[in-house]
Amino acid sequence: MSEPQDSAADKLAARVASATPEPLARRVRGLSDRAIAWLFISPTIVLLLAINIFPLIWTIYLSFTNYKANRINRPIEFIGLRNYERVLTDTDIWHTLQVTAHFLCWTMTLQVVLGFGLAWLINKQFKGHGLWTTVILLPMMLSPAVVGNFWTFLYQPQIGLFNYAVSFVTGIPPSSFQMIGDVNLAPWAIVIVDTWMWTPYIMLICLAGLRSIPDYIYEAAEVDRASKWRQFWSITLPMVLPFLMLAVLFRSIENFKMFDLVVELTSGGPGSVTELASINLKREAFEKWRTGYSSAFAIILFVTVFGAASIYVKALNKVKQR
Amino acid sequence: MAHSVSAPGRWGRRLAAGAVVFYALITILPLLWIFMTGFKTPQDSISYPPKVLFEPSLEGYVNLFTTRSRQTPEYMASLPPPDTWYEELVRSRDMVIAGPSKFGERMMNSVIIGFGSTFLSVLLGTLAAYGFSRFKVPLEDDLMFFILSTRMMPPIAVAIPIFLMYRTLGLSDTHLGMIILYTGVNVSLAVWLLKGFIDEIPREYEEAAMIDGYTRFQAFVKVVLPQAATGIAATAIFCLIFAWNEYAFALLLTSGTAQTAPPFIPTIIGEGGLDWPAVAAGATIFLIPIVVFTILLRKHLLRGITFGAVRK
Repeated sequence: MSEPQDSAADKLAARVASATPEPLARRVRGLSDRAIAWLFISPTIVLLLAINIFPLIWTIYLSFTNYKANRINRPIEFIGLRNYERVLTDTDIWHTLQVTAHFLCWTMTLQVVLGFGLAWLINKQFKGHGLWTTVILLPMMLSPAVVGNFWTFLYQPQIGLFNYAVSFVTGIPPSSFQMIGDVNLAPWAIVIVDTWMWTPYIMLICLAGLRSIPDYIYEAAEVDRASKWRQFWSITLPMVLPFLMLAVLFRSIENFKMFDLVVELTSGGPGSVTELASINLKREAFEKWRTGYSSAFAIILFVTVFGAASIYVKALNKVKQR
Repeated sequence: MAHSVSAPGRWGRRLAAGAVVFYALITILPLLWIFMTGFKTPQDSISYPPKVLFEPSLEGYVNLFTTRSRQTPEYMASLPPPDTWYEELVRSRDMVIAGPSKFGERMMNSVIIGFGSTFLSVLLGTLAAYGFSRFKVPLEDDLMFFILSTRMMPPIAVAIPIFLMYRTLGLSDTHLGMIILYTGVNVSLAVWLLKGFIDEIPREYEEAAMIDGYTRFQAFVKVVLPQAATGIAATAIFCLIFAWNEYAFALLLTSGTAQTAPPFIPTIIGEGGLDWPAVAAGATIFLIPIVVFTILLRKHLLRGITFGAVRK
């Protein structure tokens, strides 16, 4: 088994050796492993420093100033913590965080229930489950902006498919409600589309969790005469929990910074009932051009995500260890 | 029948199949609807009740790729007969084709920026992943976490300083600027995914090659890269999809030359509001490659969406 491979490798080595110019080969060969490691890793680190860390530091700096990006010539004044003070006492900001919390709680609840349920059903391995799983997975890979845009079409009160389907099932006339235009319905309109799009994400990860449970555990439980109900609560759920928690972590981070889907769907309206944190941030930064102020808000958001994620990861590790 | 213990009964299985198929149909319905709307006439697309059966028309696609202007009947009568089927279609609406629309350009931008940034992300990602996978790097876990944490910034928060930086450097609304930016965003994914793939290749392969006289670098190129080919391809597709779908940076940092399709498609406007068949046609053309890639990728999907944290 290994002999033909070896001889092939020898031939390859000879070819490589003859193809590589001698001085270059010596130079590359001369590199220690340590040098190669740094040579390989540093371009990525440099790029991340330039595209992520440098901007972050710049944002921190801007958050202490009164800079406005549309007035380049105005002198930059250092105003200490005043931007942070303003952000934290701004009722609009608290409103926007409330909208984000509503969106986050409901999308996560619905997606966990639906996603876990679907995974549990698919794991029963009926005929054709592979095909249907792929169909269910499609929405999550699509462009959120384009999805948001075409859902505005489906949500049209008179001609939209959504309203028509609802009226078909419930008998309510399709033009009697507006998912996007109504102050009470719009927050649910964005929850519905996000759930349609991202339930498969949770489903896929739960499915991996379910498949990681070896059969013999159930067999042992069966021998002990544990009921199906008992098996579910003391085997299935605890073993899937780390997977489910990981899925919720990734989705929560994404939904906390949600922008594209909702901007195209409602652009924060009507009024500001669907104005999520990122949409508000975009308004402040790129429409009102309050650069310093929005930088402070951006930093607060980042610290919130980072802090919450760190605490969550600790909890996740505890669950994993059990 | 060792598996009979946990295997569900026939009826349980049928019920499960029914529920899953029902959900799958609900999932696919909006997508089918958009696909169908692309082949409707503007009148059919806004009819009530929504039309399921209709006479297919390519008007949406023609409108997507052209700009048109409405003319007087006298002028229309004075024109020579139309040369092509699409001109005939446009003239039947009392309009003439004024020129190509910007959709083609925007799609081209998406392709250039998508492929450019994917190539760079995968190149840098493969090198870094190999470095992390095979060598003792000081503070390795911290560096890997740092790479991941760059994903936690809301894109708008990064966009503020990038906007200022690009304005100073003259990179706003350029292909190069967007390629660099998307590479910076995607490289974290590429490193995490590829590290997982390379970790799975036994070190013995390279060690054997090095005993045979390969240098470390040759072993990397001739032994590790071919072994990691599937992983590299899967990673490339993920980077491509993310760059293809990206919206926030494209919206804020591009306006013309380098604008990609996602911020453009929702702005396709016809006479009297959005031209839904044209928008649907644009969405269809834009989404079909992703659907194909998703189907190709289904085995690696789990890794891709969890940064390699969950593997099968």
